[in-house]
Amino acid sequence: MTAVAVTGMGILAPNGAGTPAYWAATLSGRSGLGGLTRFDPSPYPVRLAGEIQDLDAAALLPSRLRAQTDELTRLSLVAAEWALADAGLDPADLPEYAVGVVTANTAGGFEFGQRELENLWSKGSGYVSAYQSFAWFYAVNTGQISIRHGLRGPGSVVVTDGAGGLDALAAARRLLRRGAQAMVTGAVDGSLCPWSWTALLAEGRLSTREDPDDAYLPFDSRADGHVAGEGGALLVVEDTEAARARGARTHGLIEGYGTAFDPAPGSGRAPGLRRAVTQALDEAGWRPSDVDVVFADAAGTPQLDRQEAAALAAVFGPGGVPVTAPKTMTGRLAAGSGPLDVATALLALRDQVIPPTVNVSCPKEEYCIDLVTTVRRTRLRRALVLARGHGGFNSAVALSGP
Amino acid sequence: MRRRVVVTGLGLVAPGGIGAKAFWELVSSGRTATRAISLCDASPFRSRVAAECDFDPVLHGFTPQEVRRMDRATQFAAAATDEAVAEAGLRFEDLDPHRTGVTVGSAVGCTTSLEREYATVSNGGRAWLVDHTYAVPHLYGHFVPSSMAAEVAWRVGAEGPVGVVSTGCTSGLDAVAHARELILEGSADIMVAGATDAPISPITLACFDAIKATTPRNDDPEHASRPFDATRNGFVLGEGAAMFVLEEHGHAVRRGARVLAELSGFASRCNAFHMTGLRPDGREMAEAIRGALTEAGARPDDIDYVNAHGSGTKQNDRHETAAFKAALGESAYRTPVSSIKSMVGHSLGAIGAIEIAACVLALRHGVIPPTANLHEPDPECDLDYVPLTSRRADLATVLTVGSGFGGFQSAMVLSRPGEHAA
Repeated sequence: MTAVAVTGMGILAPNGAGTPAYWAATLSGRSGLGGLTRFDPSPYPVRLAGEIQDLDAAALLPSRLRAQTDELTRLSLVAAEWALADAGLDPADLPEYAVGVVTANTAGGFEFGQRELENLWSKGSGYVSAYQSFAWFYAVNTGQISIRHGLRGPGSVVVTDGAGGLDALAAARRLLRRGAQAMVTGAVDGSLCPWSWTALLAEGRLSTREDPDDAYLPFDSRADGHVAGEGGALLVVEDTEAARARGARTHGLIEGYGTAFDPAPGSGRAPGLRRAVTQALDEAGWRPSDVDVVFADAAGTPQLDRQEAAALAAVFGPGGVPVTAPKTMTGRLAAGSGPLDVATALLALRDQVIPPTVNVSCPKEEYCIDLVTTVRRTRLRRALVLARGHGGFNSAVALSGP
Repeated sequence: MRRRVVVTGLGLVAPGGIGAKAFWELVSSGRTATRAISLCDASPFRSRVAAECDFDPVLHGFTPQEVRRMDRATQFAAAATDEAVAEAGLRFEDLDPHRTGVTVGSAVGCTTSLEREYATVSNGGRAWLVDHTYAVPHLYGHFVPSSMAAEVAWRVGAEGPVGVVSTGCTSGLDAVAHARELILEGSADIMVAGATDAPISPITLACFDAIKATTPRNDDPEHASRPFDATRNGFVLGEGAAMFVLEEHGHAVRRGARVLAELSGFASRCNAFHMTGLRPDGREMAEAIRGALTEAGARPDDIDYVNAHGSGTKQNDRHETAAFKAALGESAYRTPVSSIKSMVGHSLGAIGAIEIAACVLALRHGVIPPTANLHEPDPECDLDYVPLTSRRADLATVLTVGSGFGGFQSAMVLSRPGEHAA
């Protein structure tokens, strides 16, 4: 399978909006986790979040879009605009159906949805917004991005919980193979409202600690969950030849992808992550020793950390590859973390530096994992990004530098 | 050799009867399954008609835990999966789980459960800071609808590519196309794919009321869904699911499976126009149709039947008619077109898969299902919409299309087994 080029990135993360701010924060170990401010978290057992700061997405958009969008969609629109600008791609320069959109998200415009549920249940049916029919549903971001930039190529939306952002890249890659010239793809995700918080609490994977530097500790012996955040990345991916032909600058290549679903609970069969990794390597034509760094899913619960460490040890050997989780600085961004890690990995390959996993002083010994806890400068040519989703979704993307 | 994708099993939960047999009896008879809403109190709403499924999860064999854990839409998908797998003669213990995947389409996921739970935790909408201690333990599965695909995957033992495709009202077409693509590229040999939605709940009724998309013809529910009729005034909400067993052609032949149809072409485009509005000329849908025909190696005059989106809104039916003319040219006037939404309503993301099922069964039986309630054609909709009664026809190649909020336009070509030339 031919590799595709990543030519644009739009990054929105709790520790930095825009690529330069995010990358500077990430290399300096500056976390964006803190007390939740979007609503009053005092009734809830979890009060930390990774919120996007220093950015008013609504102010960056035309006013008519503000009333009809959830914050998640506004952030997605900003990231898409930045990604296209970074790629130097004006869709108007390409044939009419040459550019499409594939996004992932987990819960749609959920805060908008809560607002309208409240209107319906407390005031009555006449108080529900005329925008509700398309502001909440999962397809909203692809639709709005397509409309804003006149992207008339194929469009799709993937929902596979936390693995969705990587699965969206894979779907976009298929559409390039079918003839699209460029795709806007990835995910900006996460929803911070009391109703989504209730769902996250029900999942039972959030840390209840109060100290933002002590709450999300993947692979640590003290791991007890994660911090939820908002953000992610939208990317422009192009057919490698098409990108070269238009003289585009390339951030790197997506060379391989793998996905595998965990067996039904209680089946006793092996979990899927190792297979996803192996598939991605096979498709890229790489041996395990070709991989210079792994951006881990880093769930932050003992059982899931153990599973991931076991998959890595099985493929790369104990401590066989440097592993990092800069998402310790952003929190887990639902479907957004995968594409943000792809963007981060490409920046790491560009600058030959592995960003750190912050706050973890010492990974659990039995995991046999070479966890990068401080910035590590080393020769980097190839990276692997992993993402998992609730219910058994596992995906992996193999990346090489430009 | 180029891989090809065939349908070897299908299962349905649809208004008017559960199972493929009941579904086909309904849509080939021209009877309608639209009625006054009974699933929730519809009295506050402008539109109070829908096409509901008479589905009882307990009678269907779901365990008490499954009934609690799965949204109604997930139950539909699971029940339809069971039928599809049985009909395909598949014994999953004989298959390679790693080469078997699942794609489920859904526009609104587990909305009904989310609304029910919201009403509880907010104490009837009284509190913005909802009380999380009243939430059900499986709320996260309703929150993120990839749980639907996970449930189906667990049911059939699939460990290959698994996921949900959610592109609004084209979800069903796009999910089946996504699964087809995974087989074509070699990532799987078998995909259990289809779509489900169970949106008949107050928030869905309210959101379509707010934009007057659904019909207010409450005094005449059986005749409320009127695609292409001059008196149409909005769609009728529906619910249901259709699931398929898709197989790589050689895989199906080797195991001696009965091939029901081939999925021979697909394309989708976005209109980049408006979240709910449609460009009157239907150009993006026409482009999607052209793409699907090209992949299928079919010419416009090869299309023996078009299963229309035919939602029964003023703008959709004209948009679509224009698209058929643009894509099929003069052939559009000779090709029968019909909308089964006249009988089973518009089940949002599910309907695209239910319409694929209608195409598979039409190919199999040589019968075109009619457009019910079409008495007075809209002068701007001047094609042959097969009014009122079904029609026998020698069907070799058929087209089904979908159009939805967000601007999604999708088209798929299906062929009778052995007809595919490309």
